[in-house]
Amino acid sequence: MIKAILIFNNHGKPRLIRFYQYFLNMQLQIKHLCTNKMAEDMQQQIIRETFHLVSKRDDNVCNFLEGGSLIGGSDYKLIYRHYATLYFVFCVDSSESELGILDLIQVFVETLDKCFENVCELDLIFHMDKVHYILQEVVMGGMVLETNMNEIVAQVELQNRMEKSEGGLSGAPARAVSAVKNMNLPEIPRNINIGDINIKVPSLSPF
Amino acid sequence: MALKIVKGSIDRMFDKNLQDLVRGIRNHKEDEAKYISTCIDEIKQELKQDNIAVKANAVCKLTYLQMLGYDVSWAAFNIVEVMSSSKFTYKRIGYLAASQCFHEGTDVIMLTTNQIRKDLSSPNQYDTGVALTGLSCFVTPDLARDLANDIMTLMSHTKPYIRKKAVLIMYKVFLKYPESLRPAFPRLKEKLEDPDPGVQSAAVNVICELARRNPKNYLSLAPLFFKLMTSSTNNWVLIKIIKLFGALTPLEPRLGKKLIEPLTNLIHSTSAMSLLYECVNTVIAVLISLSSGMPNHSASIQLCVQKLRILIEDSDQNLKYLGLLAMSKILKTHPKSVQSHKDLILQCLDDKDESIRLRALDLLYGMVSKKNLMEIVKKLMLHVDKAEGTTYRDELLTKIIDICSQSNYQYITNFEWYISILVELTRLEGTRHGHLIASQMLDVAIRVKAIRGFAVAQMATLLDNAHLLTGNTQRNGICEVLYAAAWICGEFSEHLEDPMQTLEAMLRPKVATLPGHIQAVYVQNAAKLFATVLQKHEGETDSQAAQETSQLLIDRLPLFVQSANLEVQERASCILQLVKYIQKLQQKNVEVAEEVTALFAGELNPVAPKAQKKVPIPEGLDLDAWINEPPSESESEDEKPKVVFAKEEPKHYRSRHTEVDEKELARRREVRKQEQANNPFYIKASPSSQKVYDAPGVEHIPVVQIDLSVPLKVPGMPMSDQYLKLEEERRQKEKAERKKKEKKKKREKRGKGRKADSGPESEEDITPAHQVDIVTEEMPENALPSDDDDKDPNDPHKALDIDLDNLLSGFSSRPLADSEKLPVRTHRPEVLKSPAEDRDSKSVPQETKKKSSKEKKEKKKDKEKDRKRSKEEKKKKKKHKEVEEELLESQPEEAVQSEETKEAAAPPTSTSAEASDLDFWLSSAPVPPAAAQEVTAPSSAAAVDTSSAAAPESEPDEPKDTEPEDTKSSKHKKKKQKKEKEEKEKKKKKRHHHHHHHGDAGGEDSVQNGTVEEEEPLPPMSNYSLLAENSYIKMVYDIQGNHQDESKVVVSVIFENKSDSFLKSMEFNVLDSLNSKLQRPEGAGPHDGLTVPFQLPPGVSNEARFVFSVQSIVMPQKLKGTLTFIVKSDESSTHEKLDFKLHFTCTSYLITTPCYSDAYAKLLESGDLKGSSLRLEGINMPFHHLLARICFHHHFSVVERIDSCASMYSRSIQGHHVCLLVKTSDQTVSIDAKCDEPSLLGNVLDEIKQTFSKC
Repeated sequence: MIKAILIFNNHGKPRLIRFYQYFLNMQLQIKHLCTNKMAEDMQQQIIRETFHLVSKRDDNVCNFLEGGSLIGGSDYKLIYRHYATLYFVFCVDSSESELGILDLIQVFVETLDKCFENVCELDLIFHMDKVHYILQEVVMGGMVLETNMNEIVAQVELQNRMEKSEGGLSGAPARAVSAVKNMNLPEIPRNINIGDINIKVPSLSPF
Repeated sequence: MALKIVKGSIDRMFDKNLQDLVRGIRNHKEDEAKYISTCIDEIKQELKQDNIAVKANAVCKLTYLQMLGYDVSWAAFNIVEVMSSSKFTYKRIGYLAASQCFHEGTDVIMLTTNQIRKDLSSPNQYDTGVALTGLSCFVTPDLARDLANDIMTLMSHTKPYIRKKAVLIMYKVFLKYPESLRPAFPRLKEKLEDPDPGVQSAAVNVICELARRNPKNYLSLAPLFFKLMTSSTNNWVLIKIIKLFGALTPLEPRLGKKLIEPLTNLIHSTSAMSLLYECVNTVIAVLISLSSGMPNHSASIQLCVQKLRILIEDSDQNLKYLGLLAMSKILKTHPKSVQSHKDLILQCLDDKDESIRLRALDLLYGMVSKKNLMEIVKKLMLHVDKAEGTTYRDELLTKIIDICSQSNYQYITNFEWYISILVELTRLEGTRHGHLIASQMLDVAIRVKAIRGFAVAQMATLLDNAHLLTGNTQRNGICEVLYAAAWICGEFSEHLEDPMQTLEAMLRPKVATLPGHIQAVYVQNAAKLFATVLQKHEGETDSQAAQETSQLLIDRLPLFVQSANLEVQERASCILQLVKYIQKLQQKNVEVAEEVTALFAGELNPVAPKAQKKVPIPEGLDLDAWINEPPSESESEDEKPKVVFAKEEPKHYRSRHTEVDEKELARRREVRKQEQANNPFYIKASPSSQKVYDAPGVEHIPVVQIDLSVPLKVPGMPMSDQYLKLEEERRQKEKAERKKKEKKKKREKRGKGRKADSGPESEEDITPAHQVDIVTEEMPENALPSDDDDKDPNDPHKALDIDLDNLLSGFSSRPLADSEKLPVRTHRPEVLKSPAEDRDSKSVPQETKKKSSKEKKEKKKDKEKDRKRSKEEKKKKKKHKEVEEELLESQPEEAVQSEETKEAAAPPTSTSAEASDLDFWLSSAPVPPAAAQEVTAPSSAAAVDTSSAAAPESEPDEPKDTEPEDTKSSKHKKKKQKKEKEEKEKKKKKRHHHHHHHGDAGGEDSVQNGTVEEEEPLPPMSNYSLLAENSYIKMVYDIQGNHQDESKVVVSVIFENKSDSFLKSMEFNVLDSLNSKLQRPEGAGPHDGLTVPFQLPPGVSNEARFVFSVQSIVMPQKLKGTLTFIVKSDESSTHEKLDFKLHFTCTSYLITTPCYSDAYAKLLESGDLKGSSLRLEGINMPFHHLLARICFHHHFSVVERIDSCASMYSRSIQGHHVCLLVKTSDQTVSIDAKCDEPSLLGNVLDEIKQTFSKC
């Protein structure tokens, strides 16, 4: 089972978080004691801890980390990949194959690359919902749903088409307005695309 | 109105969407929190608007804010609103938000049940998909229970996209609602062979997750998985299966033998590292499970180790890491084959990657022996010095201690060396593990008697140099060791060379800066030292020294009396007073030493950590019972005891009984033993625990003098190195000596506490530097030897430990019981009821199905929940009326009834057959891998043969085969009939109840509605009649009118698989007539068949319902139809076809409808009805049976009954009234009937006649 998927950038800013298990601080685990806010606090704490663990590792060390103190005990592992400005971290238990998950991250990133056409951090920043929808086609409820990239892309596109036929979320007028708003662009860092980064994958046949 | 819409859309133009929000946050870097709080205010405004698009937009933004750590649970209801939107775009946003922030405690979840159900059955596969995805994240036990059946149906959906999602989510459902596992498992197993690889992979995934926790229940699936393993090319699936086998092999060594060959081949052939790695892992698991000694397996080990070495040597850090990880698994059983790679592993200790270093450390743990322990630890100590980061250094520290202390200090030959290592470790600054070192010091000093003198000397030095340790304030964890030092010096003070000096060191003012619990130990042990000093000076004539000591204490102790720590304060003041008293006595020249030492007399033995738990509860002890009358409520409130001395209490104080002297203790123990021996109810301790108790007879332990050739104090701090050198010298010397003496020398006996020699042969040669006795830990008498200590009672997977074998296989001891079936919404359309009635009927089934108290309880819970829910809903209703109505609209048609499915009663093949199948499969010689695929199929076929041969009574002849099934199906029917009868009685009761209100119509002796005084039990009845049958399948059917639609009838067909093969792709088709048509889904042609929504494993029966539309109902008619299906056995699959004729009788258009006698009278008076009559002769049954038959088979209800005369009523789906007056005398029954449609009446009467002619 995958317990959580975290994407954050080099500064620890979360870009996508997806928890498949309800993490709460052990001390607060008595049910009636925990308010809703605590769940969010816990999630942020986990992100911080994970970032702390992952960020101090060199790029040429292994991609596995024994779980932090917050996410579960010895059964859990952090498996991560670092692409340009982003860390993709999967927290999994012992029923997952380590190398398999590494491949899965690769599949996910390549899928993102296909769906966003040369994905970069900005895509993830502004389209968190879309990234979620893509992820939903890869992993469901903590279990791997699909590993075939073409299938994933096809399903995502079919759903996007459906959304389009319904007029999308904001509709045409709003889009026009947001185009106007786009005129005053803040300093957006360019060229952090990660599509062209050559990733070392242990010789694996694609799933 | 139009203006409002325009205005709304203009407003919307200026709403922020997600992108605007993100942009805004990025532009307000300095006052982000403030900006977001204004955004949240805006969102709150947006959520108040009616426009669902605005709401969806707002919810989308909230999802983003949730990621940033903002609590959005206040919008939970709005999220539900957005989820219930009909547009996919919004629905998706809603479900995404829900999956991000709902959890089990979210109360609005219970409002979503119907919405989710609606989405699950949506014609749009993506609606269903989104709902499944969302549900997988926030499923609760309630949702799981209510939706389990819907999801199960989706597992057979036509679209693989939905199937795979439904299969995956079942795992979550099982976790939350374990009862669903048994009924759902056959279908899940079916999905392992789904044509779509995605679905197959999902099913493998789920079963692997299930089997990981409770492997033994899934052993019988091994042949199937084996087949998949040899046939699948999907690496993902292969990895999962191979991992699963890794979990299964420990339970069945024969499986391991079978696996080794194909796995080794995979190892050789695969290019995918991930697969190779998992194969190696599983081979290791297999090797572990096989008892060693098989010569051909050492080759496998060699292969594994060799492959792993390649991994470890790889430049890819990931592979290196995994190689080490797998290596540590081999280590447990085959330490020798790993030990030869020690060089490689030690090399990994120098790796720059921390994960790898940690793994290497793990490996070291298993690689130590008596020979190399010192050497390895020396290397680790070097690393400790080098390591700069504290976490890794702490890890090193714990590993050193772990390595040394493992299996009761098995590998330590020289404890002086170990103590000096521990002392060296105290020089680590800022470690968190001070207490670990401390507990090791205590443990060694207590349990190894021979070392006490040395330990005390070292500890005294430590105490003397305490300032070195505490230099860096209290946050420094290392000062914990002072705790141990003080205690050891105090407890074993007889070994101290200069107790006075140590006492002085312990009472320095600086001590007051130590943490409280350490100070407390200081004070206590100062008293012990004081006693020792007194005793030392006792004999002397000059009492000056002793008096000085007293004075020292009296001078210094007040410092502690003022301590803020209560424990310190209390002890200090006690001891201070004691010392003052002693001083008085001293001044009178009274000899006090003996009495003072008596305060601390007695030996302390270590207590096993589990000891407390293992103390059996004495008979008749009820800790919950009140000793006195319970106090009144008001008092109990504020008298909760507060924990003052929190965790500081060390375990050693607990076991101290200074007052009770040894003899007394022994006497009591003796008495107690006597008592227990005479008490027949007392469970005698198992010999092992008894032994443990008796073991530490302190006097008998041979304490050998420390060899003085080893100097006690080595000048200069790092002593451990010198020990290493000394040790080597000693060993060499010994070797030389042994050579001299050769046979003369016999092996020394080992101390009792020593573990049996499990080290390799060569280790035996090394004798410990001095004989040590490791005192075993004490356990209470009668401790129960149990191994279940470490199971976590909260593990959700415990509930899933369900035996599935007999479910899979047949005439089982335990087929699915009725109570286990999933609650299902009935497919039969319901009568429209008033809400009151509705509630009534909901509660009635609960009363009738009193099967077990457990079930009842559950139901009760359900009821309560329902009540709660309705309350909840009411509350919410006030706030959000409109939406609520929208949500509830869907309810009437989907109302849940807890009627059970008539699904899957008992599958065929017997348990024994299945078991022997597995046995056979396992016992067959390892299959040559190349041929593996072909061989497995015949082998399992052969297995069937052998099993049938083994059981002579079940010959493969058909007639015999069918027999048990017949009995079974009749049983099945009976059950159903009983249920229906119950239902009917229910209804009758209800009606009876109504009659109380209208009751004056009938005469006094009239019996209403045929609920007679119980004359005789009714015989079982069934409306299901045979539709068609061949050797594969049997179909029985029943036709029911639809209450709501006057032109529809529902045909329920039970399909029963009679064969040993799997039936799938069943298609049900009927040749429509002008009058009656099968209802087909939109888009289907008029001649297309309907797919039966399930597959049938052998012996399983399942029910499907088909809706027909009918125009005229006055004539009976027959429709021709065919059922096509595929018979799939292991070897082949064939297309089969079965023709049938569906007989629509006129009776089937009638619906049981209650009628009150006054209304009945009016109806007869109206004169619209045409009459007809019927006479039946030779009817030989009680009148109430006769009535019951008419009621049951022909859907009538009794209006009134007087003696042997009854009036009955029924209505057709198109509203025709049918009235009967039934009279009986002797064996003749006459029926006068009236109806507004004569031909219908004629046909119904004919059918009634037929019914009775049959019996």
